Amino acid sequence: MSSLAVGKADTAAGTTPGTAQDRPPLRRRIALVPTITLLLGAVYCLLPVAWVVIAATKSGSELFSTFTFLPGSGFADNFSDLSAYRDGVYWQWMGNSALYAVLGALLSTCVSAFSGYALAIYRFRGRETMFNVLLAGVLMPPIILAIPQYLLLAKADLTDSYLSVLLPQILSPYGVYLSRIYAAAAVPADVVEAGRMDGASEWRIFTRVALPMMVPGMVTVFLFQFVAIWNNFLLPYIMLSDDEKFPITLGLYTLLEQGANTPALYTLVITGAFLAVIPLVALFLVIQRFWSLDLLSGAVKS
Amino acid sequence: MPITKRRRLFSKSAATTVAVALGATALAACGSSDGDSEADSGPVSLTYWTWTPGMDKVVDLWNKGPGKKDQITVTAKKQAGGDTLVTKILTAHKAGKAPDLVQAEYQVLPTLVSNDVLADISKDVGDAKSKFADGVWQQTTLGTDAVYAVPQDIGPMMFYYREDLFKQYGLKVPTTWEEFAETARALKKKAPDKDLTTFSANDSGLFAGLAQQAGAKWWTTEGDKWKVGINDAASQKVAKFWGDLVKEGAIDNQPMYTPPWNKALNTGKQIAWVSAVWAPGTLTTAAPETKGKWAMAPLPQWSESENVTGSWGGSSTAVTTDSKHQAAAAKFAAWLNTDDAALQALAKESGIYPAATNAQTSGAFANPPEFFSNQPDFYTKAAEIAKTTAPSAWGPNVNVAYTTFKDAFGSAAKNKSDFVTALNTMQDDTVADLEKQGFEVSE
Repeated sequence: MSSLAVGKADTAAGTTPGTAQDRPPLRRRIALVPTITLLLGAVYCLLPVAWVVIAATKSGSELFSTFTFLPGSGFADNFSDLSAYRDGVYWQWMGNSALYAVLGALLSTCVSAFSGYALAIYRFRGRETMFNVLLAGVLMPPIILAIPQYLLLAKADLTDSYLSVLLPQILSPYGVYLSRIYAAAAVPADVVEAGRMDGASEWRIFTRVALPMMVPGMVTVFLFQFVAIWNNFLLPYIMLSDDEKFPITLGLYTLLEQGANTPALYTLVITGAFLAVIPLVALFLVIQRFWSLDLLSGAVKS
Repeated sequence: MPITKRRRLFSKSAATTVAVALGATALAACGSSDGDSEADSGPVSLTYWTWTPGMDKVVDLWNKGPGKKDQITVTAKKQAGGDTLVTKILTAHKAGKAPDLVQAEYQVLPTLVSNDVLADISKDVGDAKSKFADGVWQQTTLGTDAVYAVPQDIGPMMFYYREDLFKQYGLKVPTTWEEFAETARALKKKAPDKDLTTFSANDSGLFAGLAQQAGAKWWTTEGDKWKVGINDAASQKVAKFWGDLVKEGAIDNQPMYTPPWNKALNTGKQIAWVSAVWAPGTLTTAAPETKGKWAMAPLPQWSESENVTGSWGGSSTAVTTDSKHQAAAAKFAAWLNTDDAALQALAKESGIYPAATNAQTSGAFANPPEFFSNQPDFYTKAAEIAKTTAPSAWGPNVNVAYTTFKDAFGSAAKNKSDFVTALNTMQDDTVADLEKQGFEVSE
């Protein structure tokens, strides 16, 4: 599922430089090789998505017997079967995923904004050390932390709770790193200095002056974290044992792995995966407008 | 998972029980569940990790019936099955947070026992032993005096074939593997674009079951050392048989459970499948258009005088050492897998084939599966075949052997190269891993 989401992410991101259309084209000739390469890349990314969309419309008997890209007739049935599965536990999973992703990404963005701003603007002892430690954290894949985090949270008796999935995802080294880079570039020292001259408190400078300048960067952090949490599998897999708390990734996995002698519920899983991609696509379409506020929208002329 | 200490067969208490069973020493009658001393004092609530669909409904029966009387409430927490659950249980056990009860496939029991996850429940399961075939029960004792689980479902292997197409091509149902090979060749002659079946390397359980039928013993104990016999004579015979069929092109070499495989079954390109008692469920989704056209027969034998089968799949209910109420948990495990009402509910809600012999022909199993309505005696036959299941011998690193199988046999099948070489790779990797884990292995 993650590759699908990434595929979507690529295409959604790819459409943002649409602002270029406002300017008259400099050259009429299209560069052939790059265009074909990009088209091939787009097909490569979109083909699996197309497969999921079409397979979700097929009934169980059509799934493997009819032509792959021929839409089937079973979407309504698949949808109602999925909704009826174990009294609608699918929608519970969807709700859980939304909770983990929205709340987790929001909190993570806040933490990233605070620490990124502090690391970029203030000079204090150990700043570089702290930043280097963070960089090491960026290089560390979160997957290998899942089991140590489980053992830690088990000590605090927090496993198998909503918190156990939320807490580890709030601190994102990559988010802090990105925020620092962005704050350093978008918030000029002059502006902070001017705020201080006018007698604004540090908190006020941060919230009223710096934060608005950092919005596009924070949107990026939010989106990254949202997608990362939405697609996360191993952390909730290790943490949770109660399937009412499962996010969608884990829930769909239980539908696939029903034991050797029970056939996997392919049609339900495919329909479920299709529906799970929709919120991500919607989110990208809604939020990408914030990206158009780019680095140029600063307050200092140079 | 770094394991520095040298380990014997099973760690701690388990090792002593093995020693007793092997007659090595007279002492050490102790060692096993610590938690069963507590009497049923007040209400007890237990959690149960299971992947069986519909288990919550079966558990409800307990909570409303016998559980209510004994004040033992069980909550089923549905998990994804397979090897990943073993990892999850081991991780939870490290934190001391494993659930009271877990569902575990037979081949992972030694892994769980060697990590000291499973409690010995021999004192608490009563006369459960009498309800199961010896070969099945033996898998839960690991050949010791202890009992580490209660069998739930089994997967005796059988031969499935397209009755209509066999008739059309004038083929006889093979009773020996030699006839099986002849049948494959005869079909190739009559219809070159069809295959009798395929050799698939993506489910190790199939090959393990076939080797088991031939009499292979992959893991055995010798003193307090493990002996790995993955490339023993019986397994080599099986590997060579299938390797030769693939090499000469008498059968297909494509993996199963893939869309092309489904299509091959659905359109009659492949006309037989070596599988287990749960095949009707798989065929229902894989080949929906062939309903009523299949029939089931016993697995072909290595010699005409023999009548044995292997097993593919099946699982048990075990109690963990982390449980504070091991006696209560064992009571539930025994009820779930031996009580008539529970077994009927399991058959109805979860579609499992019960390990308990008395349930295999009654109630839900009086009629054949819907997909096999043309074979009214399906379950009578199945129960007879189940009785002939050969004993199995699992060790503490089945997962490693299985992974190597998929790699080595996968490429051997694809390249139509020597299967015995692949088998030797599997043997070497398994021994190397056992030694790395700190077990003593005899040559």
